[in-house]
Amino acid sequence: MGAIYRREMNAFFTSGIAYVFLAGFALFSGLFFSFGVIGSGVSDMSPMFSSMFIIVVFLIPILTMRLLSEEKKNRTDQGLLTAPISLSSIILGKYFAALTLFIIAESIVFIYSIIIALCGQVIWSTLLGNYFAMLFLGAAFIAIGLFISSLTENQMASAVIGMFVLFVLYLMDSLAANIPVEFIQKAILSASFYTRYLEFTRGVFDLSSVVYFISIAVLFNFFSVRVLDKRRWG
Amino acid sequence: MIEVRNLSKRYGDKKAVNDISFSVGKGEILGFLGPNGAGKSTTMNMLTGYISSTSGKILINGVDILEDPIGAKANIGYLPEIPPLYVDMTVDGYLNFMYDLKKCKLARKSHLKEICDLCKISHVRERLIRNLSKGYKQRVGLAQALINNPPVLILDEPTVGLDPSQIIEIRSLIKKLGKNHTVILSSHILPEIQAVCDRIIIINKGVVAADGTATEIADKLTNEHKMTVRIEGTTRTADDKQEIADALKAIDGIKYVRADMEREKGIYDYDIESDDEVDVRRAINNLCRNKGWNILMLQLSDMTLEDIFMKITSGDISTVAENSESKASLSDFEMSFDNGKADGEKEETEAKPEAAEEPVAEEKKEEASENKKSKKSKKGGDK
Repeated sequence: MGAIYRREMNAFFTSGIAYVFLAGFALFSGLFFSFGVIGSGVSDMSPMFSSMFIIVVFLIPILTMRLLSEEKKNRTDQGLLTAPISLSSIILGKYFAALTLFIIAESIVFIYSIIIALCGQVIWSTLLGNYFAMLFLGAAFIAIGLFISSLTENQMASAVIGMFVLFVLYLMDSLAANIPVEFIQKAILSASFYTRYLEFTRGVFDLSSVVYFISIAVLFNFFSVRVLDKRRWG
Repeated sequence: MIEVRNLSKRYGDKKAVNDISFSVGKGEILGFLGPNGAGKSTTMNMLTGYISSTSGKILINGVDILEDPIGAKANIGYLPEIPPLYVDMTVDGYLNFMYDLKKCKLARKSHLKEICDLCKISHVRERLIRNLSKGYKQRVGLAQALINNPPVLILDEPTVGLDPSQIIEIRSLIKKLGKNHTVILSSHILPEIQAVCDRIIIINKGVVAADGTATEIADKLTNEHKMTVRIEGTTRTADDKQEIADALKAIDGIKYVRADMEREKGIYDYDIESDDEVDVRRAINNLCRNKGWNILMLQLSDMTLEDIFMKITSGDISTVAENSESKASLSDFEMSFDNGKADGEKEETEAKPEAAEEPVAEEKKEEASENKKSKKSKKGGDK
């Protein structure tokens, strides 16, 4: 796992994806920070975090698009799958590399907190709550993106499908609102990523949501392993 | 070392590999031979655990690849048809990655240095794999397979895309490796298999069509000898031709005689086929002595690997077409061999202009002499 993790981290930077991702994250979070937080004169960064959801929807597929697609296309998966390592360590190595880059990107908020600390009071509890909420959200999204990457040889297809799927997850709330049947509506809302995420930005640290996001991450990583395994049996 | 029992792989309705069984001992170099699409790569992918088998058992060093894939894979170095190289890495970075991936315990620096020296890639270690030529990529792929010194090496068409001198280098490297590794290598280049492998398995349409050394396989397939004799008659005119042919035909055991073209003025070659049990060479010699003819040359031409291959794989039009294609490229190869071996005269004339020419690439000369050597040994084997 360590070898794959290190390789993927290097590949993120040599392929330039890391720079695109970090720059995208910095740009949009910077915009939301200056307009939503500094501009409205509040010291709470929650508005920035809630706006970042839609940005993450589009950025994470860029991060995950090549992770498995490229291996399959270049036939480098043959090297991995015939090496004396387990399938799960291949997936997890890649998963944690992407997650690490996400954490690096997200940690830019601590620079913002210094700016706030210069002119006001940082509310650390909500900041950390938001920070971890985004981390868990990213953890779930990356697992979904990685899974989609395992399904196709084409990086672009992987990115587009990933964005589409995550965007649908984002729209689930509005979808639910238009469904007249109450229990379906309820079911969709309880599975909604956005509602759960917004709870955090409102200052509610809900453990069940944490468990939910982590479960999604575990589930989709498991699916990715199954896809690799199934390919062997195909 | 490797044991394969009743291995099958099915893709939908198509049986890519059908009930293959064989075993390979320690220190053996086994050649997989077969036309394209015969199931060579599929078998190799199953041996290395890249794909699973539909049924059957594979034991690598006594470890079942399905029961303990990690344990079995630790014993294998694999060079797939397309080397699994990350083009965005340097050679050094890639080899270090594979070193970590294989959880190699050998001293990193010296082990990698040794492998790079062996594969002659030491001088490109800092280069990006993207910028390497096909031949160097292939060598890096081979280097990768050697990491952690696995007892079993599985090489899928290791010389494809290399230039002739590189091919010879890689072949001698494989031979060297064969001394302390078990090697399975696949190829559709017959001289390559013949030059490198102790044993050959011919796969056709997913089944083992033949298994053994080239001579063994030839013996099994044929019950006749073929030879070419060059006989000088008394008159040294075309009249001799018919007389000699008829006289040869009369010899007991000779089934077929065909007078070939005029090789020297008034002297002809005769292609002879005889029964397996009878050695007709003495009879021919006696005949010539009695008639006052001279034998200028006698060459046994038993089935070559090429003939075997053609015989086994022919039968379906598409395979035949493929074979003739590979044969075309093959005969190019053979021609260069033949030039070298035909006779001393030719050999000299061939060697001379090369030596006289301004220093052509050194390897070229080496290659030529290598060719001759391997051909000679092949010729010896045929006899």
